[in-house]
Amino acid sequence: MSESFTLTIDGVEVTAQPGQSILQAADAAGVYIPRLCAHPELEAFGACRVCTVKVNGRPQAACTTPATKGMIVENDTPELNEHRRSLIEMLFVEGNHFCMFCERSGNCELQALAYRLGIDAPRHDYQYPARTLDGSHPEVFIDRNRCILCGRCVRASRDVDGKHVFDFVGRGKGKRIWIDAESRLADTPLEGEDKAVEVCPVGAILRKGAAYAAPIGRRLYDHDPIGADIEAKRVGAPAAKGGKS
Amino acid sequence: MSELATGVREICDRSGGDRARMMDIVQEVQARFGCVSGEALNLIAAATGVHRVEVEGVVSFYTFLSGRPKGRMVIRVCDDIVDEMSGMRPVAEAFSQELGIPFGGTTPDGQFSLEYTACIGLSDQAPAALINDVPVTYLSSDKAREIVAALRRHGDPRKLVHRLGDGNNAHPLVRSMVHNSIRSKGPIVFAPFEDGSALRKAIAMSPVEVIRDIKTSRLRGRGGAGFPTGMKWEFVRAAEGEPKYVFCNADEGEPGTFKDRVILTEYSGLLFEGMTIAGYAMGAQLGILYLRGEYAYLRLLLEHFLDERRRRGLLGRNILGRAGFDFDIRIQMGAGAYVCGEETSLISSCEGRRGDPKNRPPFPAQRGYLGKPTAVNNVETFCCVARILDQSPGWFAQIGSRQSAGTKLFSVSGDVASPGVYEYPFGVRLRQVLEEVGAESPIAVQIGGPSGQMVGPADFDRTICYDDLATGGSMIVFGPERDPVYIAKRFLDFFAHESCGYCTPCRVGTELMRKKLAAILDGRGEADDLPYLEDLARTVKFTSRCGLGQTAPNPVLSTLKNFRDAFERRCPARQEGRRAAFDLAAATAEAESIVLEQAAR
Amino acid sequence: MSKPRVATASLAGCFGCHMSILDIDDRILQLIELVEFDKSPIDDYKGFTQRCAIGLIEGGCCNAENVHVLQDFRKNCDILIALGECAICGGIPAMRNTIPLRECLAEAYLDGPTVHNPSRRIPDDPEIPRLLNRVYPCHEVVKMDYYLQGCPPPADAIWAALTALLTNRPIQLPYELLKYD
Repeated sequence: MSESFTLTIDGVEVTAQPGQSILQAADAAGVYIPRLCAHPELEAFGACRVCTVKVNGRPQAACTTPATKGMIVENDTPELNEHRRSLIEMLFVEGNHFCMFCERSGNCELQALAYRLGIDAPRHDYQYPARTLDGSHPEVFIDRNRCILCGRCVRASRDVDGKHVFDFVGRGKGKRIWIDAESRLADTPLEGEDKAVEVCPVGAILRKGAAYAAPIGRRLYDHDPIGADIEAKRVGAPAAKGGKS
Repeated sequence: MSELATGVREICDRSGGDRARMMDIVQEVQARFGCVSGEALNLIAAATGVHRVEVEGVVSFYTFLSGRPKGRMVIRVCDDIVDEMSGMRPVAEAFSQELGIPFGGTTPDGQFSLEYTACIGLSDQAPAALINDVPVTYLSSDKAREIVAALRRHGDPRKLVHRLGDGNNAHPLVRSMVHNSIRSKGPIVFAPFEDGSALRKAIAMSPVEVIRDIKTSRLRGRGGAGFPTGMKWEFVRAAEGEPKYVFCNADEGEPGTFKDRVILTEYSGLLFEGMTIAGYAMGAQLGILYLRGEYAYLRLLLEHFLDERRRRGLLGRNILGRAGFDFDIRIQMGAGAYVCGEETSLISSCEGRRGDPKNRPPFPAQRGYLGKPTAVNNVETFCCVARILDQSPGWFAQIGSRQSAGTKLFSVSGDVASPGVYEYPFGVRLRQVLEEVGAESPIAVQIGGPSGQMVGPADFDRTICYDDLATGGSMIVFGPERDPVYIAKRFLDFFAHESCGYCTPCRVGTELMRKKLAAILDGRGEADDLPYLEDLARTVKFTSRCGLGQTAPNPVLSTLKNFRDAFERRCPARQEGRRAAFDLAAATAEAESIVLEQAAR
Repeated sequence: MSKPRVATASLAGCFGCHMSILDIDDRILQLIELVEFDKSPIDDYKGFTQRCAIGLIEGGCCNAENVHVLQDFRKNCDILIALGECAICGGIPAMRNTIPLRECLAEAYLDGPTVHNPSRRIPDDPEIPRLLNRVYPCHEVVKMDYYLQGCPPPADAIWAALTALLTNRPIQLPYELLKYD
């Protein structure tokens, strides 16, 4: 095993292990880089681009770029956060996100990132696409209105559950999450306890009968912004609150 | 067993059930059964051990593949900007009228489908269309009507070809009406070449010496990005992992590009020789030529020349008698996806997957096709390789400009007297090219296709090379009556259609830019739209995952920079804070018509 | 010196955002010290009496009347605030945006399982404002200056925003007050 090394993120020296991505090294050091498609238990995917940082002056996705010795990484800068806001806003207008009745509201990573980055309204025009739902399965439903095509369910089902229930069909704006069956989720081997269900960052794939379990005020992101858990690991740093930077 | 089941089983067996040959499988199934139906998906999945949803993912990715039955003859009218400038709209209307179906439709008798398609590599003989694999060129509305009548009579697109094109277009294995339109020949690509001459010189050296020669020649990739070829080969050679692969990117899909079509038609010997030399230099045994679906009409010819080379000991085992030098080339057909011209997408496609780009690093030189070191080079680059070995690296390096050695093929189209392919040394002034191609008072030139940049007269004295106006070869000239805003919008239509959808900025951003440009053209623009568009374009450029998304905003950025007044004219400040994009009459039109219909009952 | 005037309107909304304005509780007494209400359901003024400093808009635009009211607000207010999800993104009414208007009306008045409509007519009295083809967020119809998120926005957020604007301070909401539900 080769030795650990250091890189710099926003001027702070961070120790990394060989094989770590920039994102993993930052997480371990208590530096939060916003992300959506990345998940600690899944292979890096590089789709949402929210974790885009500047590496030695060039844009790179922190989740798919290996950390290397002496790297100079910029993360929490006004320029990068502005790009991130624009990306998050793209995801909001691309689908139909009705937070007011969504079962995931308050525990949703897309919404939480928007809170953290202080988004009060998207700059982009709402697309209001026609999307389908699938409630055929006894334990789980799919609401494609809320899907952000992060591919977590694809990776989790394939690599963790060993089932390959989900994958993508179509291209461009017609790209959709689809299932390994003609049309009904009930016809796949998916089970409610599958990793693929658990990892959805939004309300697109949810277990039935588990909605609104935590009341407003006691949900994941009601008081602390997303990433606060990571930042809490940083030595001597108080957890950050949201707002524009 | 049903006919479909037997057929699919046969097709899958022939590929050895190899999932990497999925593109071949689904294309064959479609060729035989008209589409890849839901039942076919199940059968393919069962035969290959691939999940159904993965097969569906592949079929739904490529424009030329379909899950639903289409007509026996599919007419694909090329709708790129050059075709439109050359009179595509009336042609399209004539097809639609004559067939009695809209675009996207299929005739009730199942004979015809009518579609638009992105650039098919015939901008020099526009308007053009593909009917199944058969290209038809220089269309007019009269010709469109004649074509439909003839097809109704004999049902065979190949019989539409009355007058054959020049050179190998007239070859019995091609029999196409396409013309080469080679307008100016240079010393590197469009020059006589004796098969085997370069390869003999190569194997007289060690592989490392061959790579050294390529480095000495200062050859850079001809696809547009300009990565030093010798360096790429060195990486592949040094990379851990066997076997290694040589890929030729013959998926030229940049609107307005057609130079590879001409190379593939007339100079494939040079190309195959370059690939074989690459195989020798990097220690690869297999080369794959990824041929865009639009050029399927050239496939038999290319297969024939590959066979010839095998027969003459220039491919296969113990090439030119050199024991242990084994290298062969196979052709992988694409199926209508511009993004597959991106090297990692091309590799995904060859692996039988959706044409999604891959994450980098690792780069293909480290881990490419099936996880093995892979060199992907442009068609023209391989031609240069063969010529460098045939002549000498020094000879090559002294052609062109300081940072850009050699010549470059330009595919010139648009408002010019002589569209076609021109070979110029790098460093040539844009103004000189414009004069020689017969561009009359051009107002704008798109250099490097939509992913390049749109320049105006202020830039005509610049030179074409990697450090000034870089290009993969497409050059579209626009005359005084053309509208930069409209051109930018059409280019964004293209990118939005071709985005693979993997990453957020490209998938959503291209669509947003396209719609905003459409609103501006529609008279619904306002002053705020311009900074908005600029910011959006920058975010897409900055955060996109691959070259497609990183360059898709270029038409917006370069037209906003060089033709800003054309935008500003259309984007006045609005009265009383009203949004120009909102039109009350349009928004209530549907309700009005419902009420009127009800009143009439 | 006369007090700055505030106007409010509920377009395609549920009046929940107006309830939230009232939810500022006893601070409403401080508010009427600071401002004068003009056109608003709160005081039942049907039209503008003077130019206003601030207009609060609840709901998006689902019909022609909503559009006219919103444009009237834009004309008569220095600052327009989109109040709540419906004003910002169309909200619940915008759920119809993925369905053609014709189908929505047929479901509501002709074919829905609970419809009793012997005349088989879709209401079309000229007094009824024409529906728009879809529900439009306010900022797609006129320029909006500020957005207060929430369904409804918390009373504290409304209070914070109004007092900031009235005292020429930038609106800065603490993390807990920026919520989309």
